[in-house]
Amino acid sequence: MKVGLFVTCLVDLVRPSIGFATLKLLEDAGCEVVVPATQTCCGQPGYNSGAREAAIDLARKVLAEFRDCDYVVAPSGSCSGQVKVHYVEDLFRDAPDRAEFEALAAKWYELSDFLVNVLKLAKVPGTFQGDVTYHDSCSGLRELKVKMQPRYLLQMAGAGIAEMPECEKCCGFGGTFSVKLGDIATRMAENKVANARSTGARTIAGGDLGCLLHIEGRLRREGDRDTRVAHFAELIAGGG
Amino acid sequence: MRVQSMFFKKNATEKLDDAVLQRNLRTAKGKFVDGRAKAVAEIDEWEAIRTHAAALRDRALADLDAYLVEFERNAIRRGTVVHWAQTAQEACAIAVEIARANGVRKVTKSKSMVSEEVNLNERLEEAGIEVIETDLGEYILQLAHEPPSHIVAPAVHKSKEQVAELFEAAHKKPRLTDIAQMTREAREALRDHFLTADMGISGSNFVIAETGTTLTVTNEGNADMVTTLPRIHCVITGIEKVIPTLEDFATLIRLLPRSAIGQTIGNYLTLTTGVKGPGDTDGPEQMHVILVDAGRSKFVGTEMQSMLRCIRCGACMNHCPVYQNVGGHAYGWVYPGPMGSVLTPVYVGIENAGDLPNAATFCGECAVVCPVKIPLPDLMRKLREQQFNERLRPWTERFAIRAWSYAARRPKLYALLTRFAAEFGARLGGREKLIHYWPGLDGWTRGRDIPAPEGRTFRELYRERLRAPWRVKP
Repeated sequence: MKVGLFVTCLVDLVRPSIGFATLKLLEDAGCEVVVPATQTCCGQPGYNSGAREAAIDLARKVLAEFRDCDYVVAPSGSCSGQVKVHYVEDLFRDAPDRAEFEALAAKWYELSDFLVNVLKLAKVPGTFQGDVTYHDSCSGLRELKVKMQPRYLLQMAGAGIAEMPECEKCCGFGGTFSVKLGDIATRMAENKVANARSTGARTIAGGDLGCLLHIEGRLRREGDRDTRVAHFAELIAGGG
Repeated sequence: MRVQSMFFKKNATEKLDDAVLQRNLRTAKGKFVDGRAKAVAEIDEWEAIRTHAAALRDRALADLDAYLVEFERNAIRRGTVVHWAQTAQEACAIAVEIARANGVRKVTKSKSMVSEEVNLNERLEEAGIEVIETDLGEYILQLAHEPPSHIVAPAVHKSKEQVAELFEAAHKKPRLTDIAQMTREAREALRDHFLTADMGISGSNFVIAETGTTLTVTNEGNADMVTTLPRIHCVITGIEKVIPTLEDFATLIRLLPRSAIGQTIGNYLTLTTGVKGPGDTDGPEQMHVILVDAGRSKFVGTEMQSMLRCIRCGACMNHCPVYQNVGGHAYGWVYPGPMGSVLTPVYVGIENAGDLPNAATFCGECAVVCPVKIPLPDLMRKLREQQFNERLRPWTERFAIRAWSYAARRPKLYALLTRFAAEFGARLGGREKLIHYWPGLDGWTRGRDIPAPEGRTFRELYRERLRAPWRVKP
């Protein structure tokens, strides 16, 4: 089974360790993983900022890069939502190559969804002691119905799940929203951080690096240097 | 209501620091969000009703002109005069003319967002006519000289104490602190107005084509007073409110109060069809309906037409995390929240709407709770596309997006740039691995640090691993 790894631009640039954790999870589960060297970005920043043509170009590039894979996996609900929902329902809805994008969408998975629902993992390589509170990122949750999958994987690694109030509420990242309307985004992050801390868990986990950087950025600004903010892949992949 | 939407960002920032407002917003959120969730959970077939409702709204909109003409025909048959207003100015002129022709001196009103849209109160007062708002919330705001901040609960931004203060000044009675007593005092103050008004003006939740009926859903019963007591009843409503049949209403009423405030049904459903007949003991001698376009037809036939399905329940704003934190006034016009972010730019011109289409994280909650399945984030994205293409966003933003997209299509250039950025970011982050300031990103760094990049990009490290796998993998 040939699995294409879509690294996501944020992971590539800011936290390559999430990319390697993803790689390890897939390889340990027996997948033949390919990482197209030319991949860059799914086009979501341009798409959500109104630069539709740029998003269309990047989508075609993504399609070409992953055409030969049996599956494509991304450690991000929002990039996956872009491919699975927005490519098909909007960008290429009336395009001649629509069918190809439908095929891409059908084999494209968010990481936790792939591990749980396609590979049907019974164990993960890593172990985790203690409690985790999980922030549900919006796109994964509402566009892809990713909700129990990451929790299931974390529990498989040994973690306890300490649910925070309003775990499904947007953290305020929203891509460029976090810069364009920074004050509102900050308030939303404050709410999220307060909810997460109210659980007593020392680790906040999520499935989208954008949200995690946003939450961690606020947490640190408030002076909290201890609470860990991590992608679930890092928590369940184990060392190495 | 004057359009202030271009100041959204500045207004929003101020609202974030308004302690009273923040407290009121938190209370309201609890009520609206939990209330709706409970009321929705009572119905097993909720999703099926939503699908059905969206389809029936689409059917009405597909033949909007025909249903409006059918409504007009049936309304005229029952003695109603139907007026068509293409603009806000025309709508007001018609209402003022009806009042003038009939020597109207006092008007009682039941809540109508359309009348807020077209500034009806102001125009009537200019014509020397006294206007009394009779919904409790609208009445409070009239005393405070403020516009509504919410379409269902217009005074939701006010605290009980603020209302008590207003009442004390207006009613010239000792200050009350009990809500029930305050409501009674307002009711007593309004009673005389109901009996002495010459004309009642109401909005309408729906107008029904097959019967020529207008329909109002309220919780206070004041709409009944406004529509039946004065000798003239004037309805002002948007052209998109037309639905083909009474049965369509039966479907929509299952969704509306539940979505709005978690009620299974509104306390009062007022259906008004024509004038008082011979032998009737009550009802108006004249009934007028003003069908207002004022920007609505700009949606028709476009990829944004689904916005006209809106039944004005307010669920989108109640659930919107942006609205929940800044309140309705920040949006600067009649319609706040996601619905306003779509309606305002189209009604008043995208150049007057500033940041509104960008006042969303695209979290998608609004689309999930919308009872008629309006894809609000998609519609906002369409408006962002328009803003981008018409150069209505700051050049720095357009440049940044263009530059990013340009580089992302050129993998070699992209690899080089991200390599620099990762290295630069890691250095900026220093030992604590936190960036407190990044050139050009002060919108972020004002309230948050940036967790620093690890220093090398995934693609660099992966290439290394491919060349020397033994170094990385045992």
